Amino acid sequence: MLLISCPYCGARPELEFTHAGQAHLARAREPAAVGAQDWADFLYMRDNTRGVHAERWRHTHGCGRFFNALRDTTSDHFVATYRVGEPPPQGAA
Amino acid sequence: MVDLSALRRPPIIAASPMLRLQPPAARHILRAAPAVLEAAGEALGLSLSMPVCRASIAATRAALWLGPDERLLLGEASSAIETARRLQQALQQQPHSLVDVSHRQVAFAITGPQAATVLAAGCPLDLDPGAFPVGMCTRTVLAKAEIVLWRRADDGFHLEVWRSFAAYVSGVLAEAARDLADT
Repeated sequence: MLLISCPYCGARPELEFTHAGQAHLARAREPAAVGAQDWADFLYMRDNTRGVHAERWRHTHGCGRFFNALRDTTSDHFVATYRVGEPPPQGAA
Repeated sequence: MVDLSALRRPPIIAASPMLRLQPPAARHILRAAPAVLEAAGEALGLSLSMPVCRASIAATRAALWLGPDERLLLGEASSAIETARRLQQALQQQPHSLVDVSHRQVAFAITGPQAATVLAAGCPLDLDPGAFPVGMCTRTVLAKAEIVLWRRADDGFHLEVWRSFAAYVSGVLAEAARDLADT
């Protein structure tokens, strides 16, 4: 079984985790000031990376925390996992 | 408050010599920042600042690490109101969340030299004593149900499961135990 390394609990089986979309999307502080096209892009447009992709994951059946992961979308290999608020590890991608 | 404890019935579970339903207990989920958890621990007389995925025990109480800010507090069934009262007093001004989940869950004891093998039939964790030592606890999955697993001894586990899943979880474990006995 694929093991995913939770930044809080360590290596755990994939079954305990839930994928939660692309990481590092910042919501505008004042949505009313954002143009319609930019707002639509923020809401609906996501990268479709072939290779290393930054994603949010949640350790649902474990500590319950959200965290970020760099995952290679071609091989399903987790390059790195890191806590929310931390920058992606340098050189990992 | 009306006392309904006389009306309460234990869930129907599958029979297995390895599996014992535990008596009713007081259970609380406490969520708070580390400093607040420390104060809560002092009020209860046991440490809530344990390492990741570890339990701490003092007298009749136990606390299980579920997340960086989340602890499961276990105690005797009669202590539920006292636990809440003590925490309310100690944490009055501090942001926290305390939920009584005494009746949401039931507990099983799984004992015997084959205990880890039987659990491994449905639980994907590495249950070798090297990877999951005595005193370690965690929320995880068993077959299709979410459980909290706590290793009390080399060959003894404490398992907390939501009450409505008890029949299913005991069925999975009893079947695994039966399969092992047959081989």
